[in-house]
Amino acid sequence: MREVAVLGVGQTKFGELWDRSFREIGIEAGLQALVDAKLGSGDLGGLFLGNMASGTLLDQEHIAPLILDYAGLAGRHLPAVRVEGGGASGSLALHQGFLAVASGHYDFVVVGGAEKMTDVPDTTANEIISSTADHEWEVVFGATLPALWGLIARRHMHEFGTTREQLARVAVQMHENASKNPLAHYRNKLTLAQVLGAGGVAEPLGVLDCAPLSDGAAAVVLGPLEVARKYTDTPIRIAASEVACDTMAVQHRASVTTLESTVVAARRAFARARRAPADVRVAEIHDAYTISALLALEDLGFVEKGRAGPEFESGRFAPGGSLVINPSGGLKAQGRPFGAVGVAQVVELVRQLRGESKERQVSGATLALAHDVGGTGATSAVHLLERAN
Amino acid sequence: MSIARFWRETPRRYNLGGSKCTICGTVYFPPRAVCPTCPRHRQTLEKMVPFQLTGDGEVFSFTVVHDAAEGFDMQVPYVMALVTTVEGPILTGQVVDVTPEEVHIGLKVRATFRKLREEGKAGVIHYGYKFSPAVDSDVRPPVRGPAVPSEATTPAPSDRAPA
Repeated sequence: MREVAVLGVGQTKFGELWDRSFREIGIEAGLQALVDAKLGSGDLGGLFLGNMASGTLLDQEHIAPLILDYAGLAGRHLPAVRVEGGGASGSLALHQGFLAVASGHYDFVVVGGAEKMTDVPDTTANEIISSTADHEWEVVFGATLPALWGLIARRHMHEFGTTREQLARVAVQMHENASKNPLAHYRNKLTLAQVLGAGGVAEPLGVLDCAPLSDGAAAVVLGPLEVARKYTDTPIRIAASEVACDTMAVQHRASVTTLESTVVAARRAFARARRAPADVRVAEIHDAYTISALLALEDLGFVEKGRAGPEFESGRFAPGGSLVINPSGGLKAQGRPFGAVGVAQVVELVRQLRGESKERQVSGATLALAHDVGGTGATSAVHLLERAN
Repeated sequence: MSIARFWRETPRRYNLGGSKCTICGTVYFPPRAVCPTCPRHRQTLEKMVPFQLTGDGEVFSFTVVHDAAEGFDMQVPYVMALVTTVEGPILTGQVVDVTPEEVHIGLKVRATFRKLREEGKAGVIHYGYKFSPAVDSDVRPPVRGPAVPSEATTPAPSDRAPA
C-alpha cells in the first residue's frame, strides 16, 4: 500500500444557496481542488462523490457521472462513483478514494462531497435525514433524528450529570468559531441565554442545539505521497483512514451513551498512525447536535467517558487551547450539507495544517483529526492528517 | 409506505413478536435471523425461535418531541422513550396517557396497542405499540392485537406470567 497525500482542496460557501444548483456547487468545489493541486485533468484517475440523498432531495440519482460531465470531463470517460453512508457519506467517499490511491490502481483522484438540501421544504428534508436512522423500528414510531439524539442526551445527563448549560455551551462556541469563517452558514454569535431560550425540538435539545440544513460542496485531490512535492510545497499525508459501523438503531447499542463505531474507528486510526489522542492539536468532530460533540470528545479519547460536559465548559477546546475543536464552526455553525460534511472537515484541516487559515489558524498544528458520523452512529469515520516532512 | 411493507411487520408491531437464541438464551426485538451475541454467530442461523415479549418494562431514556416526524404533527408535544423490557430488549416508542412532566427515567410502563399515524386522508393507517404507565393492580393480559401466527416454540398465552 502506498502513502496517500492531499494535494488540493476546494469548498463552496455553505448555506441556503437558492441561486445555485447541485451541479454548480459540485463542480465549483471540484475544480477549485484541481486548481489548488495544480493538477491537469489528464492526470485524473477517477471521482468518488459522497452524497446522502440526491434521489429524494432532487429527484436525481446517478449523480457521480453528472458532476463529472459538468466538470467538462465526460469525454475522458473516467470512472465516477457515488458513495452513501448517511451523514458520513463524504468520509466514506474519502475512504474509498484513499484506498484507490493507496492500492496503486489510480494515481490521482478527486473526492467530492455535495448535498443540496434546501430545494425541498424543511419538513421533507427532516423526513429524509431521519431515514438515516432505522425507519422500521425507530422512525415509524415517531422518532426523528434529533429525537434519537435527544434520547442519548437525556441518558448522558442521567448517567454523568451533564447539564443543559453544558450542551448549550457547544453551540455558543461553534458560532463563535464560525464567525471567523467566510464559508460558514451562520456567522452570528450566540449567547448561552439564546440557546437555552430557543424553542424545543426534542428535549433537552432545542432549535439552537441542532445543526442547520445546508447546501454545499467540498472536494479534495488525492495522490501518492511520493510524488506529492511535484504539485505542492505542503503535501498533507493521510496518516489513517478508518471506518467502523454499529447497530442501526440506538435501542440495540451496548451503551446508549457511547458511539462504539467512533471508539473503534478512532482506536484503529491511532493504531495505524502510531499516534495517540494527546498528539492531536486540531480536530473537526461530528457536532450535528450539541450532545454529539460531547460524545465525540469522549469516544475519540480526548476526555474520560462522562467528563465531556465540564471539560468543554472549561473552555479548553476553544481556540488558543492545546486541542482546538471545530475551528470551522463545525456542522453546528459552518453548516451541514450532509454528504459534503466529511470532505469539508478535511478541507478545513488541510488548510490548518498548511497554515492558511488566517484569523482562525491554530498555531503549531501538526496532527489533525476528522470525525464524521452517519445517522445516530451506525457509521463513524476517523481520518488522521499530518504535514508531510 | 406501501400496504405490504407495513402489513408484513404486524406480528411484531401489533404483538411484540421477537426472537430468542436457543444457544445463549438472549431475546431480540425485532426478531433476528442470527444471534449477534454468540461468538460463532453463523451457527445460530437455524437456532433462533420466535419469542413474544410481554410489553412490560421501564423508561430508560426519553425526549419530548416538539418538531414532529411526518404524520405525528397533531400529537406534539409527545414523549418518545427507550423502554427496557423485562425480557431484555430495548424498544423505541411513545409514552402516552401521561403528561410529559410526569415521565421520568425508571417509570414503569406497559406496551399498549394504539394507532400510530395515518398516511394522509386516503392512506394506510399505521398501528403499533406505544407505552403507558403500568398500574400495579392492572392484570390485563399483555396481548392486545391480533394473535401471532402460532409457532410450536411460541409460548401459549396461558404460559406467560401475569404482569
